[in-house]
Amino acid sequence: MKGLLIQLGLVWVALLILLAATVIAAHLPLGAAKPWISYAIAFAKAALILWVFMEMRKEGAIARLAMMAAMVWLIMMMTLSASDYLTRGWLSG
Amino acid sequence: MSDAALDMGKPAEEVEDISYLRAGHSLRSWFLTTDHKRIAILYLVSIVFFFLIGGAAAAMIRLDLLTPAGDLMTNEGYNRAFSLHGIIMVWFFLIPSIPNTIGNFIIPLMIGARDLAFPRLNLLSWYIYIVAGFIALAVVLGGGVDTGWTFYTPLSTMYANGMVAATVIAVFISGFSTILTGINFIVTIHKLRAPGMTWSRLPLFIWSHYAVSIIFVLATPVLAITLLLVAAERLFGIGVFDPALGGDPLLFQHLFWFYSHPAVYIMVLPAMGVISELITSAAHKRIFGYWFVAIASIAIAVIGFLVWGHHMFVSGQSLYASAVFSFLSVAVAVPSAIKVYNWTATLYKGDIMIDAPLLFALGFIGLFVAGGLTGLMLAMLAIDVHVHDTYFVVAHFHYIMVGGTVTAFFGALHYWWPKITGRLYNETLARIAAIVILVGFNVTFFPQFMLGYEGMPRRYHVYPPEFQLLQVISSAGAALLAVGYAMPAFYLLWSLKKGPRAPANPWGATGLEWTTSSPPPKHNFTQQPVVVRGPYDYPLEHPASRANA
Repeated sequence: MKGLLIQLGLVWVALLILLAATVIAAHLPLGAAKPWISYAIAFAKAALILWVFMEMRKEGAIARLAMMAAMVWLIMMMTLSASDYLTRGWLSG
Repeated sequence: MSDAALDMGKPAEEVEDISYLRAGHSLRSWFLTTDHKRIAILYLVSIVFFFLIGGAAAAMIRLDLLTPAGDLMTNEGYNRAFSLHGIIMVWFFLIPSIPNTIGNFIIPLMIGARDLAFPRLNLLSWYIYIVAGFIALAVVLGGGVDTGWTFYTPLSTMYANGMVAATVIAVFISGFSTILTGINFIVTIHKLRAPGMTWSRLPLFIWSHYAVSIIFVLATPVLAITLLLVAAERLFGIGVFDPALGGDPLLFQHLFWFYSHPAVYIMVLPAMGVISELITSAAHKRIFGYWFVAIASIAIAVIGFLVWGHHMFVSGQSLYASAVFSFLSVAVAVPSAIKVYNWTATLYKGDIMIDAPLLFALGFIGLFVAGGLTGLMLAMLAIDVHVHDTYFVVAHFHYIMVGGTVTAFFGALHYWWPKITGRLYNETLARIAAIVILVGFNVTFFPQFMLGYEGMPRRYHVYPPEFQLLQVISSAGAALLAVGYAMPAFYLLWSLKKGPRAPANPWGATGLEWTTSSPPPKHNFTQQPVVVRGPYDYPLEHPASRANA
């Protein structure tokens, strides 16, 4: 139990550090790299939550498959939304 | 699917003959029940209540539209009336209509289970739904909301002066009810099937509810978060959708329709499952192309997630994205068409008995085809620009949601009423009601296609006088439709007192639910069913019980 609490505490601290990194990155002149750095930090946060808080590291194949399905749906949503945002200027360009 | 039937020879762990309706008469026995059948009844009563409220708003709208000057309501009042109608009908009637009532009751019976996998979660789902519904009612009493059911930004976040935050909270809460139902159905279908009930022996009603449960679980959270962001921006000024705060109003539309277009399939997929059962039972014939119909349900659920951008063709969305969404929207017609062709092929050379459930099923097919084909028109970029935000769109989605889902709901109610209540209703009145509903529906909504094509915009109650004739015809049709919807309330309730007792299988249908008594015992079966054949193994001749029903 103690080990589990320490583990959760460490992940929580890691999430806070990543949050701080997000805030700092938002205020630094990083140019075109800025969104990609933000995405990388967000990915790391999500991975920590999935792997530790949601205990995916202990789950069987079906639970992991369900998690992957959710990820696929998220990718579908973001990809098709991006098809709008990334091509809005094409006609005028 | 040639090998359906079952073997009732195995003794059950617990044998109970007492019907679920007689297993307790106190309020506590209903409001704290974990029996899926009783929870289905609780849902049935609740959704009928909300249907009446949404219907009352529709009646006010149709009355107001009788005259071109909008004499009945103020502009503000009209906005609130159609918003109330949409919000109540979509989230508090249509979405739970078939899954939470008929699905809740029938799914465990169809797969040979004693209950859903999580009975307490099932009851919790109903309580959450009721809490959300009462918040929505409080909004109505507190003055209402004028954003339409779509809550588009920046109207909802910056300009609307109604109770937007309370309304989105109500919808947010109702989403948890939906998610819990979806999880319950998925786990039940995976884990609680009777021995021998393989995936290839699942009734198509189960396949469609499995598909809709996937949408429940994957789409609803997106709506929930989106509506929370609307509330956050409106209440706390957090910039998500407001460009002045760094947001993007179209982001709302992307997120909203990512849920709300699949929500159309949430409404119509269970209806399709119902129709598969009604058609095979009425034709007394195996379904034509079982696997095509089953996989079409899953295909609709998946492709339905990829088409939301067709709601945004004139919103400023990139033309390239619109072209992609247009193509994908056309693609979703393929599995839908497969189902329609297969139902029709099932009827071909069938041993058909034209009872009320079949009339509702035939009505569904006709109305769904009209709604689906006009949906294809709306998926075309050029046509959509012409008819966007007109009555053409209103007519299209009512053909799907009301002509499709509500007609199937009535068909399901009539088909499984003997099983649910143990009573038979007056078949003649039921056939008349089915015809009145079909005629009333078309008189109401077909003129709206013409109105929209001629340029009548939706959500306006003051309109040019040349549109009045079609508006009056539409309102007259609505009155007829209301009569059609009211009729079953009388003869079905009458049947509870005076209707003849129903045998276990009044339709001579296959399927596990017809092998147990009507109404079923508390734990559904007195013996553990063992399935040895597929779901639609009909004999060539009519069973005598069917002719006597």
